[in-house]
Amino acid sequence: MNKLIVSLSPHVHSGDSVARNMYWVLIALVPALICSFISFGMGAIITTAISVFACVFFEWAINKFIMKNDNCTVTDGSAILTGVLLAFNMPSNIAPWIVIVGALFAIGIVKMTFGGLGCNLFNPALAGRAFLLISFPVQMTTWPVAGQGFGTYLDAETAATPLALMSQAFKGDTEALSQLPTAWDMLIGNTGGCLGEVCALALILGLVILLVKKVITWHIPVSIIVTVFVLSGLLNLVDPVRYANPVLEVLSGGLMLGAIFMATDYVTSPMSSKGQLVYGVAIGVLTVIIRTFGAYPEGMSFAILIMNAFTPIINQYCKPKRFGEVPAKK
Amino acid sequence: MNYFKIIVNGIVKENPTFVLLLGMCPTLGTTSSALNGMMMGLATMCVLIVSNFLISCVKKLVPDMVRIPSYIVIIASLVTILQMCIKAYAPDIDKSLGLFIPLIVVNCIILGRAESFAAKNNPIASIFDGIGIGLGFTLGLTVLGSVREILGTGSIFGVNIYSENYGMLLFVLAPGAFLALGYLIAIFNKLKKA
Amino acid sequence: MEKLKSSLTNMLMVLTAIAVIAGAALAMVNSVTAPQIEKINAENLAAGIKAVMGSDDIQVAPAEEIEGYTSYKVSDAQGNALGCAVTSSTNGFGGELKVLVGFDQEGNILGYTILQTAETPGLGAKADTWFQKDQKGDIIGKNPGKSNFTVSKDGGEVDAITASTITSRAFLLAIKNAYDNVIANPDAASGASAQVKDCKAEAGECCSDSTECDSINK
Repeated sequence: MNKLIVSLSPHVHSGDSVARNMYWVLIALVPALICSFISFGMGAIITTAISVFACVFFEWAINKFIMKNDNCTVTDGSAILTGVLLAFNMPSNIAPWIVIVGALFAIGIVKMTFGGLGCNLFNPALAGRAFLLISFPVQMTTWPVAGQGFGTYLDAETAATPLALMSQAFKGDTEALSQLPTAWDMLIGNTGGCLGEVCALALILGLVILLVKKVITWHIPVSIIVTVFVLSGLLNLVDPVRYANPVLEVLSGGLMLGAIFMATDYVTSPMSSKGQLVYGVAIGVLTVIIRTFGAYPEGMSFAILIMNAFTPIINQYCKPKRFGEVPAKK
Repeated sequence: MNYFKIIVNGIVKENPTFVLLLGMCPTLGTTSSALNGMMMGLATMCVLIVSNFLISCVKKLVPDMVRIPSYIVIIASLVTILQMCIKAYAPDIDKSLGLFIPLIVVNCIILGRAESFAAKNNPIASIFDGIGIGLGFTLGLTVLGSVREILGTGSIFGVNIYSENYGMLLFVLAPGAFLALGYLIAIFNKLKKA
Repeated sequence: MEKLKSSLTNMLMVLTAIAVIAGAALAMVNSVTAPQIEKINAENLAAGIKAVMGSDDIQVAPAEEIEGYTSYKVSDAQGNALGCAVTSSTNGFGGELKVLVGFDQEGNILGYTILQTAETPGLGAKADTWFQKDQKGDIIGKNPGKSNFTVSKDGGEVDAITASTITSRAFLLAIKNAYDNVIANPDAASGASAQVKDCKAEAGECCSDSTECDSINK
């Protein structure tokens, strides 16, 4: 059938697409998954698989039966990515039904209610995690100890995470900081925590892949990490017994995972590079504040969610310059 | 005037929780369980019926420029009387709703109905409007409370359906109230269209 | 009947009339319900004291205010002193946390009940059962002056409510405050003052850390 296609410019396509970007992010997450398997055993793989399967299923079912949408968005990989990130934000020994409830919340409520990919205000995986953390605080904060063999799943031994220790130090426990693992252990993932967040080295490798493939720009991750480093460094200078070493702060918890993979989500982050810097710095500040003074030891996810809500305002005030635009003369 | 129609109007067409979206403070604050929601709805209904009746009776006597303060004094007195009665004769309800009973005064439903219905209609019709809107509010709060109680603690009206360990705490807390209310409004709109 | 005009006299008269009628109605209802409300409050308090003292057959002395804490001396039906019940409040996770706690003559905890709480349901709100006898955080029989009365996370010997350390800390602090200011306060004519004198004599033994000593020796 011959048809004359009339479309708006631009007419030259770079080959860039939602699906291509999503799959590159997934590839960048593979090293972290492998590290997680080494640290936590089978539990990491099983939880990720359940989460991905549940997310894709809910996305497909809601598209098909509720939205009656023929142009199904399952194949673009965004649901798979949400599934992987959601799993990366949970302990590896979590019960499967909690994973499924989290996936339903992330896809059904946070993403599809607002109209699906591109319309959601909040990062689905993070909102899913926040929902689970508030709803099931006991299960979501029972962290397995790393290095218990590859067969470990629901029966894993559990212990406090570095962040919990830092939080205790702030509350006045002078012994807590000396129990922190070394920076090297945290770099290679030999510590407790959510399954995807423990191995900073693998996450940084992911960052390199994303930057080389131009899937994301450096602005958001770098501004978050630098802000957290500077702020926690200042606190550490004030009182080294209560506040941990900034290197450990940066390597601990979901900071790397959040800065590289969650905060950079296209839909929920600002568009211009100036806006991205504002967004990144604000996330860094909020993270340090919540970690130090808040009730929860981890502030990364809440900081990103809060800034997600501010993204439209940041976009409003940090517009990129239009091509050929000349500032109006006063 | 068809009294039956007035009542149905209050429950369906002008349902205060799902259509008018009035009185959101008690709606979100007291519905952590089905029973609390129902009690709050009934307490509001009592005040609403009496205030509608009284305001409709005195509507000719109250000059326009001071009608709002007059209505507020009437409503506030009724709420205070209700609060004293609850404290004296139903201490259990007072324990779970004590904080919210005084807030009935500023519940927009009551002043809203006084302005939009009681001030324009006869006392008998106003009583029926109070019953209709009150039932609509009670229904809304009870449904919202039930949803939150089932999802949050696994029981309804205190009767256990499944283990509390599987309950989603979020629904007992404030964000859950907003979420559940949003979805209930969506469902209510869908049903009304059908 | 025509609607009244909004003239100044009309408005004044109507508002005054409504205010007077409303005031009269309130005064009337209040005179009927006030004794009933008082009775219920007294019953609640009596039931609470019975529960925390672990005995039904008691006499309760009138309330005493000691350092801002309300204390009730309690004796059994024969008049033998049993100890006292103290109300105490601290800031929990969600707001004010008010407890009524019963101590025996030696300052050991006989029981407690939560009078007012704004803790998270399902988490901190579990405090009403968590610290009872044979529960996970059992504090019954412990003596806040002689034991390390904090949560195990802070090096104490009480297990905190799972995922609600802040509530647990606030709860234990409320009881500890009640103990320090009422039971272990030599100025207070409290039922357990004899025990405090012993304590001061062997200060080294029962005051393991300095803050406790300070508060006892005040």
